[in-house]
Amino acid sequence: MKKLINKPEDAVKEELEGMALAYPSMIKVSLEPKFVYRADAPVQGKVALISGGGSGHEPMHGGFVGKGMLDAACAGEVFTSPTPDQMLEAAKKVNGGAGILYIVKNYTGDVMNFEMAADMARLENMVVQNILIDDDVAVKDSLWTAGRRGVGATVIAEKITGAGAEKGYDLTKVADLCRKVNASGRSMGLALTSCTVPAAGKPTFELGDDEIEMGIGIHGEPGRTRMKIKSADELTEILALSIIEDGDYSRIVHEWDEKKGDWVDVTLVNEALKQGDQVIAFVNGMGGTPNIELQIIYRKLHEVCEKKGLKIIRNLVGSYITSLEMQGCSITLVRADQEMIELWDAPVMTPGLRWGI
Amino acid sequence: MEKELSISATVSDVVNCLRKMCDVIHANKEYLTELDSAIGDADHGTNMDRGFQAIAKKLSAPVDNDIGGILKMCGMTLVTTVGGASGPLYGTAFLQAGTALAGKQELEPGDLLVAGEAALKGVLMRGKAILGDKTMVDALTPAIAALEEALATGAKAAEALEKASIAAETGMTGTIPIQARKGRASYLGERSIGHQDPGATSSFLLIRTMAETAREIGF
Repeated sequence: MKKLINKPEDAVKEELEGMALAYPSMIKVSLEPKFVYRADAPVQGKVALISGGGSGHEPMHGGFVGKGMLDAACAGEVFTSPTPDQMLEAAKKVNGGAGILYIVKNYTGDVMNFEMAADMARLENMVVQNILIDDDVAVKDSLWTAGRRGVGATVIAEKITGAGAEKGYDLTKVADLCRKVNASGRSMGLALTSCTVPAAGKPTFELGDDEIEMGIGIHGEPGRTRMKIKSADELTEILALSIIEDGDYSRIVHEWDEKKGDWVDVTLVNEALKQGDQVIAFVNGMGGTPNIELQIIYRKLHEVCEKKGLKIIRNLVGSYITSLEMQGCSITLVRADQEMIELWDAPVMTPGLRWGI
Repeated sequence: MEKELSISATVSDVVNCLRKMCDVIHANKEYLTELDSAIGDADHGTNMDRGFQAIAKKLSAPVDNDIGGILKMCGMTLVTTVGGASGPLYGTAFLQAGTALAGKQELEPGDLLVAGEAALKGVLMRGKAILGDKTMVDALTPAIAALEEALATGAKAAEALEKASIAAETGMTGTIPIQARKGRASYLGERSIGHQDPGATSSFLLIRTMAETAREIGF
């Protein structure tokens, strides 16, 4: 293993220390427990948005903390969910009195830890809602699995929801918006190479020199198939069509019902994309793929969308939700209405995403 | 060495049992991680050991004279140090068992069932797994049922826990031929068949440790 780290066990702590020094006008950092929070937190009267997850996906989530996006992000060990004490302390630090929204990627560990954190925060009289992001179409059904994983749509949801909260939306409206972005988003990724978790010291999985994993998860979870590598155009087409031709997706998620004062099962449906839809198109690098390749992918994605009658109304191209040094990419398409487009365009000032300011 | 028959377990018996659990998890760290690398993300042993070593550290200082409080302290420690899915699941199990035994300075055999049922209920609530999903529930559910059955026939605690341990082991090996429907292993689909679930394994190890401790103290 060759990595620019000092000690594997210090990697996350030292990353946070670096961020605190690099972006003092945007963020501050707590090391015990570990979370990144807005430099001007708490913002009184604003719904506080908190996300988090295992480290190794940078700039997500810590790099999306700042004006117009997240109020705090909890950093777990590499590819390991953070713990409820981090999430609770982050909530206390950024609570502006208008409620807390936990944005949670759908992984078993993350879901349970954020649910516990929400229960604990409510004991301290905070109003909390958890919204899941589960957009990875590589996972076909939710009956036989833990459900679709949260991937690229997380970035879009954090941007749009952050703008809504900044605009003064209340907690119900922010939660509805986050749910809507998730229900409008679909993603799929592929890997050309594996990645190495610092503490493990060896690659998470093995791939032959001429092989790719189609449908890879951001922690190296298995995808739909392992296949021989093809041209960028052919691979882009497979990813894009898997997303565009994915049917309605229904699943049951756990959400907090404030009126009942309990967790309830809610059935959510992602409607399939259809001709005439406007979409935000996001081509993401997995960490080890250069921009030259991402633009080649975007070029083909644009063509496929046009052929399928989808209008790309906004786009994002770059490495925003990564898997350490993995080579590969993912594509995310989010159906966008006028409100979502305006919120997408709203100013954002974070280490990882900045415009309009 | 067996001491004279005791009909109750004291605070120090419970602390001893918890210390043994820490040792057992530590001794099986590599084994649990190896099981997890086949169908998960190769960190179950590391994560569990981190949590139980944190418990061991806390148990080296004086503890409350309240078995419920001690178990809750263990639960909170696991929740904040283990991470992943195991942290909330084992943490909830200990927190619920602790709540069920709040204020107790001695345990009767029947208290084991009260605590065990509360722990299992907590795990089911938090993880939403059912029997046959290839999870720790597959070891815990038959273990609690065996405990209940044995206690109902008037068995001693050690005897009942031995039955529970055997049932947990059967449940654990029973996870080998089935397909995972929960957690990261579920993404493997049919490829998860043929591997023993790491969570069911750590659950069995903890129950076996309780049975061994009960036998040693003649509970």
